[in-house]
Amino acid sequence: MSLDVSASAVSEAEILAGVAPRVATVRRVVQEAYETYTYWLTLDDPVVRRAYRFEPGQINMFGVVGVGEIPISVSSDPARPMRLAHTIRATGRVTNVIKGLRPGDRVTLRGPFGRPWPVSAARGGNLLVVAGGLGLAPARPAIYRAIRDRGAFRRVIVLVGARGPEHMLFRHELDAWAQWLRFRGIETHLTVDIADDTWPYGEGVVTTLFPRASIDPRVTTVFTCGPEIMMRFAVRDLLGLGVPARRIWLSIERNMHCGVKLCGHCQLGPYFVCADGPIFRYDEIGELMGVAEL
Amino acid sequence: MSPKPRVAVFKMASCDGCQLQLLDAEDALLELAGAIEIANFAEASSRLEEGPYDVTLVEGSISTPEQVEQIKEIRAVSRFLMTIGACATSGGIQALRNGRDLAEVVRQVYPTPEYVRSLERSTPVAEHVKVDLELTGCPVDRGQLLGAIAWLLQGSVPRPPTTPVCIECKRRGYVCVVVARGEPCLGPVTRTGCGALCPAFARGCYGCFGPSQPPNTEALARRFLELGMSPVQVAEKFRFITGYAPAFRETAERLEREEASAT
Amino acid sequence: MRFLDEEGFGRLMALLAARGYVVIGPTVRDGAIVLDRIDGAKDLPRGIREAQGPGAYRLEATGDHQLFAWSHGPDSAKRFLFPPREVLSTATRLEGELRVDPAPLPEVRYAFVGLRSCDLHAIEVQDRVFAIADPAYRKRREESFYVGVNCGHPGGTCFCDSMGTGPRCAAGFDLALTELGGGFTVEPGTARGEELLSELGSREATGAEAAAAAAVTDGARERMGRRLETDDLPGLLYRNREHPRWDQVASRCLTCTNCTMVCPTCFCNDVVDGISLDGTEATRTREWASCFSEEFSHMAPGDVRKSARSRYRQWLTHKFASWIDQFGTSGCVGCGRCITWCPVGIDVTEEIAAIRVTDGEVAVAEEVVA
Repeated sequence: MSLDVSASAVSEAEILAGVAPRVATVRRVVQEAYETYTYWLTLDDPVVRRAYRFEPGQINMFGVVGVGEIPISVSSDPARPMRLAHTIRATGRVTNVIKGLRPGDRVTLRGPFGRPWPVSAARGGNLLVVAGGLGLAPARPAIYRAIRDRGAFRRVIVLVGARGPEHMLFRHELDAWAQWLRFRGIETHLTVDIADDTWPYGEGVVTTLFPRASIDPRVTTVFTCGPEIMMRFAVRDLLGLGVPARRIWLSIERNMHCGVKLCGHCQLGPYFVCADGPIFRYDEIGELMGVAEL
Repeated sequence: MSPKPRVAVFKMASCDGCQLQLLDAEDALLELAGAIEIANFAEASSRLEEGPYDVTLVEGSISTPEQVEQIKEIRAVSRFLMTIGACATSGGIQALRNGRDLAEVVRQVYPTPEYVRSLERSTPVAEHVKVDLELTGCPVDRGQLLGAIAWLLQGSVPRPPTTPVCIECKRRGYVCVVVARGEPCLGPVTRTGCGALCPAFARGCYGCFGPSQPPNTEALARRFLELGMSPVQVAEKFRFITGYAPAFRETAERLEREEASAT
Repeated sequence: MRFLDEEGFGRLMALLAARGYVVIGPTVRDGAIVLDRIDGAKDLPRGIREAQGPGAYRLEATGDHQLFAWSHGPDSAKRFLFPPREVLSTATRLEGELRVDPAPLPEVRYAFVGLRSCDLHAIEVQDRVFAIADPAYRKRREESFYVGVNCGHPGGTCFCDSMGTGPRCAAGFDLALTELGGGFTVEPGTARGEELLSELGSREATGAEAAAAAAVTDGARERMGRRLETDDLPGLLYRNREHPRWDQVASRCLTCTNCTMVCPTCFCNDVVDGISLDGTEATRTREWASCFSEEFSHMAPGDVRKSARSRYRQWLTHKFASWIDQFGTSGCVGCGRCITWCPVGIDVTEEIAAIRVTDGEVAVAEEVVA
């Protein structure tokens, strides 16, 4: 029995990237926020390292041998794929082991998987990034790409919320963006649910930043990433402002074991988040997000 | 390389079967001895060192007044406390006395009841002190136990599966005793871990590993009644090795009330 | 169409073994017809039939000499093509270096004997999941040989006729047999099947034999244990996500995973890592998993599908609706295993019918008492 797999658009190389774990070395570990660290990695095999590319928003399966894998989006600059970063909060079985990683330790990567942020879809108009908490990590590669291609957009607006100052990721970078990148046309506004004396920015949930961003619904493309509840509120307000559902993109998280649509864990209605997502257009999944326990 | 973690093994009210899972681990025992320092394990060595311990394994239920105090002392000197087996995690077979007249039970069981000083109830360790990880089973599964220790050595806490025995029964290709023989089996409400040992021998599951993910014990009880069992017979199925685990206990109690009100 | 007498069938079994196939066929074990390695026709369930209903399965002796006068038991080819537990890779960690070795590709070649049309279809359904990204599956699948048997004995829970997947083998076989008294009509489905057949000493089937063979499956069609109205199943299930029937079935469902384990198309799996105590040797294993497990949808903030209601809804809606979006085919082949092997006898055809007759009904949230 010969199987017709020729119809597939997937190349042999892509299959191998999905199936076979590649060894990578931890180069640097940077604490970003409470219990949250960025792990800078390089793939060990020089051929694999030079060939590796990823798009903003894409996922790797990040593995600690003998312990397990987690799906995690790349948080570094897609223009520099030889230096990969993943930003991970220690919350579970595998991530608690990841927390113990030190420079020189070996991990495994499979990927990249999934549908990326459509950064080019925002060209010619405004790009608005709305991120909450850890959700800034998957959005950061899209921001980098927009910064590198700044001339292609009218405005680039980055709105970030977090529970408190200690939960704000990439704080030095955000401070820099908020303070000097605006001269280069990146408008950054930050807020935390509960501020302290040291916090120089806003207080309140991320949607309270919308008025300050003076969003023009006719030309704005939105990328939002964060807890589902935060994204729901953000989308509700954006739709209220008149931003069309088809120009709002969200990053969805689900349990994942394979990354190549064969383990079944990441299903969301008809979608496999590993391949059809993690980035979805709101009109594709809005209804599904409203169904409890789907 | 950090020093080897210091591990202690203690026993409360139990049969020693769970500790034996460690002692009988043969090849793995050598590996284990290389990976950890066994600081206090009365069953294995007469060299008993004081705490604190990095990892403490406790077998057995809390069944005597002394054990109530002892478990608090153990907790105080343990960084990570793991209870192993049905007794430690749900009170064990000795919890059959719970809810009965203790003096009467002792009289029935022991020839010299005056020497027995027990608590009214046999209870899981977690009712007395904070427990960091529970491994169920009668006995605990050696693979799960060694696997859990391996996880701890890697710096994390494992999450033992809570899916029912049926998943393992089917993976191994055993024929379902409920469907093909009409025999009662607790597999659908008991967590996996034993390798579906009893169904492998065409017998129903006794529930040694305790309730699975929130189990639908009521639906299974209805099925057992359809198979021709009386409510009390069904209750006895649930009131066995892990019968004091809340999900099993509640359904057993309800069935007993049902039979009592019917007569 | 050719005719093969009983001795010829014996030669077929011997030839498959002689060509290096591990012959997998139906055989009786522990009160059921299971699929296992068999050593010739003697291991087949001769003179055995079964009675199946929701949550019930019993074997009976028929007193005749038929080998295939039964409907399938709990096993399907899935057990062999997509094994319940399979090592994916091993890793060695020594002195800071890490080496990961993918598991070698499987060497075994199976010959499946006695697969029904529903199960041949089920294999093609799983192909769409595994054939691209799982080289081990693909190798096992391509190197196996498939002897189908046209079904004359649908079980009490069968509904392949409703799903368009049987009872007559239409595709996916190298040889398809129909059991008649004293022998089999045989049709090759592939050149490979034709070549094997040419070595067996068959003869051209008579017109009467061909007619008898057709009558076998025509009769089976009339005796389906279940029927299912399949018209716009995706629409029906998608618009009834909040139907009260989900709560009703959840009160009966054990979430025990049996339906998904026996389903010949259910493919969900876990990847499980294990490590030696000294931390140097690791193994990555894939094992059958189920959307009925609470931990199946585990995420750091909490499990997505906590309730039995949501897990049953996920399974049924995936099987009959979203599977079509994902893979261009229904996930159900109408084999009825999920009905028979459900310990409490939940019947998918009944559940779907119940939703259909009350299409659009919405569960009323219980009033919150302040």
